[in-house]
Amino acid sequence: MEYLLHILILVGIYLILSVSLNLIAGYAGLLSIAHAAFYGIGAYVVALMALNWQSPFWVNIVCAVMLSGLLGALVGIPSLRIRDDYFVIATFAFQVITFSVLNNWVSFTGGPMGLPGIPQPVILGWQVSTHLEFLLLVGFFCALTLLVCRRIVRSPFGRVLKAVREDEVFAQAAGKNVAAYKVLVFMIGAGMAAVAGAMYAYYITFIDPTSFTVMESIFILSIVIIGGAGSLRGPIVGAVVLVTLPELLRFVGLPSSVAANVRQILYGGLLVAFMMWRPQGFLGEYSFEKGSGRG
Amino acid sequence: MTDALLEAEGLDKCFDGVKALADFSCAVREREILGLIGPNGAGKTTLFNVLTGFIPSDGGKATFKGTNLLRLPPYRIARVGVARTFQNLRLIRRLSVLNNVLLAFQGQPGERLRNVFFRPRASAAREAENRKVALALLQDVGLAEKANDPAEALSYGQQKLLSLVCCLATGAELLLLDEPVAGIAPEMTERILAAIRSLPGKGRSVVLVEHNLDAVMQVCDRVIFMDAGAKVSEGTPQEVRNDPKVIEAYLD
Repeated sequence: MEYLLHILILVGIYLILSVSLNLIAGYAGLLSIAHAAFYGIGAYVVALMALNWQSPFWVNIVCAVMLSGLLGALVGIPSLRIRDDYFVIATFAFQVITFSVLNNWVSFTGGPMGLPGIPQPVILGWQVSTHLEFLLLVGFFCALTLLVCRRIVRSPFGRVLKAVREDEVFAQAAGKNVAAYKVLVFMIGAGMAAVAGAMYAYYITFIDPTSFTVMESIFILSIVIIGGAGSLRGPIVGAVVLVTLPELLRFVGLPSSVAANVRQILYGGLLVAFMMWRPQGFLGEYSFEKGSGRG
Repeated sequence: MTDALLEAEGLDKCFDGVKALADFSCAVREREILGLIGPNGAGKTTLFNVLTGFIPSDGGKATFKGTNLLRLPPYRIARVGVARTFQNLRLIRRLSVLNNVLLAFQGQPGERLRNVFFRPRASAAREAENRKVALALLQDVGLAEKANDPAEALSYGQQKLLSLVCCLATGAELLLLDEPVAGIAPEMTERILAAIRSLPGKGRSVVLVEHNLDAVMQVCDRVIFMDAGAKVSEGTPQEVRNDPKVIEAYLD
């Protein structure tokens, strides 16, 4: 039972990550592989504050979201001058820098040893400790993220995001400040990823840099692409499928050492298959094909 | 010229040593349709790109109702009241026809994030209003039945018509239309020209770049003939058509 709850909590965390990345990559068309960096920043801010200052849950999570959002703006700004493949490389650079800082600033982040013993959160006198309680907490933030995203993409703001994705020149000629939209959407997405990071830190109670590598970013992006970029439900389906699928491997009776590798092969294979035969994913309306609607 | 809406003076633009605009000056009056003709590479589209901020000019001045256009980014120019269409059609192909038009409206509260969350009513109210206006605009040009189809489902001519409607929906006073009837079937050409002809009556001014000389002669109040980035001839359609310099340039 606890195992099942554990899987559901993980699904929830990845749901927040993929839905927020979908806002950046699926709706605004800014392909980013820095999402795990924002995820990590959220986790580390919460962990460091909780460990060093014993500050309350809400304060920590708000600080994590704000710092991550600010750094999101920093990554969003290059998107004004460079695009497509070159922008992906810029996000990659941010990802690598973030990992290096987490991994090497030993006195502050604990380096490769990570930060153990993150205290469980207390929310309005409610001590969150059992799996079920964590599932409720994560579920609450999932719902919040989804509601915020839905509100955004169905608004005129979301319409402009799609226009930016499809044809920046048209958007500019229509009087839209494309630059501001790009930076803003990056800030929102990064802030949401920090929420997922906070959930992870509180739930696992131990974090180290290996959870926030570029592989993790690529995994989150895979969820978005396989689920369907540019649709609200796509990343939800993607998160459920990609997080639970490898767990099913356990029941096939593979030894865990083999299962870990099979998992990687499975992801890679899925990604290739989708890129070839269904680039828009399960439910998407947008595919990252070259020259699709861009001029 | 006191009633000039747009005044351009001494515009220069050089691409790798090729003069696309050479000391080009012109004025657009209120409620007039100004035709801009000339051979390929004469600098017509470059002029549009400079005036709408997509390309920086090398020199000169351009003011719209007293606002200097040359320092502004494209989106600000659209807000000031100078809108354009593109020679190679630009639309958001995957969005519906209606949404393309809605994108063009200025000052939408729902396009600001804080209104999306904290003033949803005001945003929705304006959206509903804009929707009505957009549908009326589409109705005017006979595209209302297609309002919910994706823009890419329209025929080429209908897409050109749609881009004209988008341009109108920005509310801009001055519309720069880049070859609105190029490569279009005659009936559709008529529809688009009729729409353009009705614009001065609605308080709009137009600069029309077009290779179809018959169309230009039909709808324009005034015509400028340009070649190699400079103005060669200016006057009524008849005057320009009979100008020996123009005849010579076209015969070359």
